[in-house]
Amino acid sequence: MSSQSYCFEAQACKPALFWTLLGAGGLVLLGTLYAFFTLEHHGHVLTGMDNQIVWGLPHVFAVFLIVAASGVLNVASIGSVFGKKMYKARAPLSGLLAIAMLAGGLAVLVLDLGRPERLIVAMTHYNFKSIFALNMIFYTGFFAIVALYLLTLMDRRLTPWSKPLGMLAFLWRLALTTATGSIFGFLVARAGYNSALYAPMFIIYSFAYGLAVFIIVQTVMYKWNEVEIDERILARLKNLLAVFVAAALYFTAVLHLTNLYYAKQWEFERFILLEGGIYPLLFWGGQVLLGGVLPLILIFSPASRHPASVFLAALLVVIGGHFQMYVTIIGGQAFPLDLFPGYAESSSFYDGVVHPYTPTIWELLLGLGGIAITFLITTVAVRVLNFMPKDDLKELEVELKPH
Amino acid sequence: MSDLQQRPQQEERRAFLKVGAVAAGSALAPGVLLFGAAQARAPEEPASDKVRWGMIIDVNKCADGCNDCVTACNAENGLTGATGRQDSQWIRKLNIRHLETGVQTSLPMLCQHCEHPPCVDVCPTGASMKRADGIVLVDRHTCIGCRYCMMACPYKARSFVHEPLTDQNPEVPRGKGCVESCTFCVQKLDRGENTTACVEACNAAGHKAMVFGDLNDPNSEIAQVLKTQKTTEVRADLRLNTAVRYQGI
Repeated sequence: MSSQSYCFEAQACKPALFWTLLGAGGLVLLGTLYAFFTLEHHGHVLTGMDNQIVWGLPHVFAVFLIVAASGVLNVASIGSVFGKKMYKARAPLSGLLAIAMLAGGLAVLVLDLGRPERLIVAMTHYNFKSIFALNMIFYTGFFAIVALYLLTLMDRRLTPWSKPLGMLAFLWRLALTTATGSIFGFLVARAGYNSALYAPMFIIYSFAYGLAVFIIVQTVMYKWNEVEIDERILARLKNLLAVFVAAALYFTAVLHLTNLYYAKQWEFERFILLEGGIYPLLFWGGQVLLGGVLPLILIFSPASRHPASVFLAALLVVIGGHFQMYVTIIGGQAFPLDLFPGYAESSSFYDGVVHPYTPTIWELLLGLGGIAITFLITTVAVRVLNFMPKDDLKELEVELKPH
Repeated sequence: MSDLQQRPQQEERRAFLKVGAVAAGSALAPGVLLFGAAQARAPEEPASDKVRWGMIIDVNKCADGCNDCVTACNAENGLTGATGRQDSQWIRKLNIRHLETGVQTSLPMLCQHCEHPPCVDVCPTGASMKRADGIVLVDRHTCIGCRYCMMACPYKARSFVHEPLTDQNPEVPRGKGCVESCTFCVQKLDRGENTTACVEACNAAGHKAMVFGDLNDPNSEIAQVLKTQKTTEVRADLRLNTAVRYQGI
């Protein structure tokens, strides 16, 4: 392996492709900035969001990136905390992706604020009862801890620190995703949320989405550098992805089964699972089929030994993850609040009716900005630093032996 | 004889008492008036938790189709009255129909000024806050426009300002990118008017469906109604102890 050349080593780089990628990412980001300044000037009146659907498409992208950011760090944790060498080789890339995705996700949230210029207020005024405020602390801490952890992984002198820091990063990320899930779990009044399940469910989602993103990026990097992944390593990664995807489906099933047990939740379940227009379609077709069942079939089919089929499975998990966020975030708001249970409600403020939502180009541009930021950070970092997962197969012999 | 002699003395005494009463009255009156004035807060004095402002709405007196409270709120607080999906509505007439009996009721819905407001709990910067006298407000200087409070409010009482505003009421500053809701006409309360625009309008229309006052003052009309008649909290299951109560639901 050591004789291989990687992109961070200048002679093997493909400068034209690199600059093209950078240009493409930069163009998207420019579009995002244009959308941001337009909204800053005209207000959210240009978006599809309103007083009923207060969080829209930008939040779908942002929350996905944030959840996946904490999940992608799992790869490093399995290496550092649980001592698996195969994952240790992937720890630097995992840490980098965690930082890049969190930066992308948070940027979208900030750009969507009604008063983004008051970001400093959010950083200096804390209401510690607010899970949102606690999240800000978790996010900032996550950047710092993962950055230090990356240092211990890349600087030999700091190696002894990598295990304790890896452990801290692992615990921190569990707390972070608990807090992210709780943003929805703590919404007592809305039928679609208000469940303690959101915290563990988001952790499981993060495992699946994070690993899927990792597999995608790793596959692209290997392809770029014409490196072939060891079949056994690929098998380990895809099996782990299958476990996470199955667990995500399980938690989703438990959430809905719990709701179906409560008579007061029937209306909401009928809406989100059967009669709610686009939302049941996105739930069954997008989240469950595309993001869950199909990846499992791909992973366990005989063809799955091929990296391309694992890549496709991972891509489907990521796409399904966006559908899941759309159903969770927008579907949860589209269902009207029930102020008077047992009564039909109507008003000039759209009480008692399902709220429509059609995102505009501005929201899409804001959301894509998060992906662009993640993409740019990752592309530049893997070119200038050594993030390429390199396996010493001899050393891995024991670990990769079939159990 | 003695009676005759006593009469002028009694008359003198009466005259003296009259003068004395007038003098004492005029000496005490300013004090009494000042005492009354002392109940209205001076502008520099902070709101006190001895007061908890509240409202009772009798839905049986609330007239179907009457929108006077909404119109008055819009005029007092500088809202346009537009009812598009992105327009602010601080108070709205809500029509409810019982699903089994078909009985219809119309009532005003506004911020319920909860004792334990979910909007205040979730606000990351503390911009959503509850004043000492129980009024739930948004600090326009620290609201970052994240809209988490709108996600959390069980009453759909909050609005987000979606576009730049012009010709605002200087007493009620509002702003693009911030969240807002009913303030119980805090500007009127702080002037010592002790009422809100919606209640005034309801009274002016002769419906008298809304009673506003200090829940902590046992002699206030609102406290008397609360003590003697059955009232309901909306979403009482959430145990938020709302300051707005309804009669006749």
